[in-house]
Amino acid sequence: MWSFIHKLGSPRWFYAISARLMPWFWVAAALLIAVGSVWGLAFAPADYQQGNSFRIIYVHVPAAFLAQSVFVGMAVAGLVFMVWKIKVADMAAAMMAPLGAAMTFIALFSGAVWGVPTWGTWWMWDARLTSMLILLFLYLGVIALRGAFASRDSGSRAASVLAMVGVINIPIIKYSVDWWYTLHQPASFSVTSRPTMPLEMWAPLLIMVLGFYCFFIAVTLMRTRSEILRRESNKRWVRDLAVEGR
Amino acid sequence: MPHEARGLQARQDASRTGEPGGGLAVAFWATLKRDLVLLLRRRSEVLNPLVFFALVITLFPIGISPDPELLATIAPGLLWVAALLAALLSLDSLFRGDYDDGSLEQLLLTPQPLPLLVLAKVAVHWLLTGLPLALMAPVLGILLSLPVGSYGVLALSLALGSASLSLVGAIGAALTVGLSRGGVLLSLLVLPLYIPVLIFGAGAVQAAILGDGASAHLAILGALLALALMLAPWAIAAALRISING
Amino acid sequence: MTLRLQARGLACERDDRWLFEDLDLDIRAGEIVRVEGPNGSGKTTLLKILSGQLADYQGELFWNDRPMRRVRQAFLESLLYLGHAPGVKAALTPLENLAWYQALAGRRGSEDARLAALEAVGLAGFEDVPAAQLSAGQQRRVALARLELTPRPLWVLDEPFTAIDRDGVAALEARLVAHARAGGCVLVTTHHELGASTLLRRIRLGGRHAA
Repeated sequence: MWSFIHKLGSPRWFYAISARLMPWFWVAAALLIAVGSVWGLAFAPADYQQGNSFRIIYVHVPAAFLAQSVFVGMAVAGLVFMVWKIKVADMAAAMMAPLGAAMTFIALFSGAVWGVPTWGTWWMWDARLTSMLILLFLYLGVIALRGAFASRDSGSRAASVLAMVGVINIPIIKYSVDWWYTLHQPASFSVTSRPTMPLEMWAPLLIMVLGFYCFFIAVTLMRTRSEILRRESNKRWVRDLAVEGR
Repeated sequence: MPHEARGLQARQDASRTGEPGGGLAVAFWATLKRDLVLLLRRRSEVLNPLVFFALVITLFPIGISPDPELLATIAPGLLWVAALLAALLSLDSLFRGDYDDGSLEQLLLTPQPLPLLVLAKVAVHWLLTGLPLALMAPVLGILLSLPVGSYGVLALSLALGSASLSLVGAIGAALTVGLSRGGVLLSLLVLPLYIPVLIFGAGAVQAAILGDGASAHLAILGALLALALMLAPWAIAAALRISING
Repeated sequence: MTLRLQARGLACERDDRWLFEDLDLDIRAGEIVRVEGPNGSGKTTLLKILSGQLADYQGELFWNDRPMRRVRQAFLESLLYLGHAPGVKAALTPLENLAWYQALAGRRGSEDARLAALEAVGLAGFEDVPAAQLSAGQQRRVALARLELTPRPLWVLDEPFTAIDRDGVAALEARLVAHARAGGCVLVTTHHELGASTLLRRIRLGGRHAA
């Protein structure tokens, strides 16, 4: 059992297995995102209230989903790294952080763009957007902390602890922001908490969400692979790879 | 075994049994007392956050408007934000001194459970920062024409909330203590985590002004504190073990 | 009770650099073990690993023939570690500093014992002076007073001779030998040349690993 976990965590093994997995995720991501975009942007019916501007949901919602999941993924990877000392987990966590921050930013930006036709302004202190903004700060904190240490190993550990602390706090922050919003805003139109959505609207959304996840997994695998090569560049198996020219 | 060795062992055994079961309590109280004495010998460190609090509160009427009605509406938030920043100000020095002179190393090497010893240090931070800020806040409330009847809730919410702030903030302080310029980074790490406390703390005062009764808010502040008390000491201890090996 | 600190196949990698690899150690009661090596060869890191501060190593550690991870508590109760920094609070007096260290060990201790310990390291008359007013060597002596005050069989000392005058060095050296003779064990790094003694053993880091 233990040897299996450690084998799973060996950079060399991960490098080999990820090479086989990665293409599938790229293909799945490309297909799902292509189908989802065309369906969502061209064929899904326009919203009776918002018209065509609602279609930004097909970017906003998957990005927001991913932004939250990546943080959880980062914390889980941090836990695996701290408990079992599996370095690949830390490399993956390090690679996930900027991607998660980027997704958070996309969610915020698309939310702001959406705000123009819906609210007539670029920014409203909407509960979802506020939580997303705080999440962005949490991501920036993890990234900054990792970079602040002179020793990479210490930076990895510190970032892992912070990610775990953050992941415990995210639900608390989310609920308190929701409470705050309902206290201060009279129930106005909230862009994302929609009552019911017809199938032809949410089916492409679901496809887009899946596509975004596949895209995220593919990118993380790819970036982790290059990080493995970078960190293990003095190991023999990496040198052998370089000699083989593969 | 040489004769003297048995003597050494006997001495050690005698010293261990000398304080039956009370070792942890002795270490906890001694750490609490030591940190209190240390801070009381450098009184400016205790006073600076209080002066900062008063100064920031003075800036708002000057920067916004001296209109009592306007000030009264924003007073709960202003007081809470200013107190939160003042508490943050003294956080960086929580472990810094111990780190610099090597006593942190020694603290980590005691046979006593580190999370509890760390709790003693955090308790001192709250006693000499959070609690004085809470007691001072009503006076500054007068300056902001805070409506009558909310002063007690203001002090109580700050006293409860600042304990959570000290605990959560200590995680950030522990993560950054090994970094030479950790101060700004510390705020980046800690401020997003402070948001739930800010929401319910300022919300409590707001509710007291509106006459809604602040007990729900205070209860949630208490729950947050309980959660922080359970989890934060372990995170602080883990963070210190990382930082000590910078 | 025997006293035995063992390491098998100890290796430490920090940021892709191997500080040492495949180090086997067997340290027993009655020994003074000096860890030698050029700057940056990992002496301090080795002491930190052997004193249970750094868990980031490969290989196995045993305390009295049992795995370190299981008996950490008992190990810490037998250990006295003095690091690079003396760990003396400048705003506290030597007596207050020692009182805290005794309390950390779980004991209240007596004022008389603390005074005696300070006298033993040549700090009589400085008991109530804030440590900030003491010289670097005197602050180091406050830390060394813990050797007298807290009886622990295993001493791990990282550069304990730093900033200490010649008389102090001689006294400390004699103290180390006495401790080893009494069945204790000393693990030390120093740039100071220790007098030849049958108890002294050397471990060389950097290049060749002997043990």
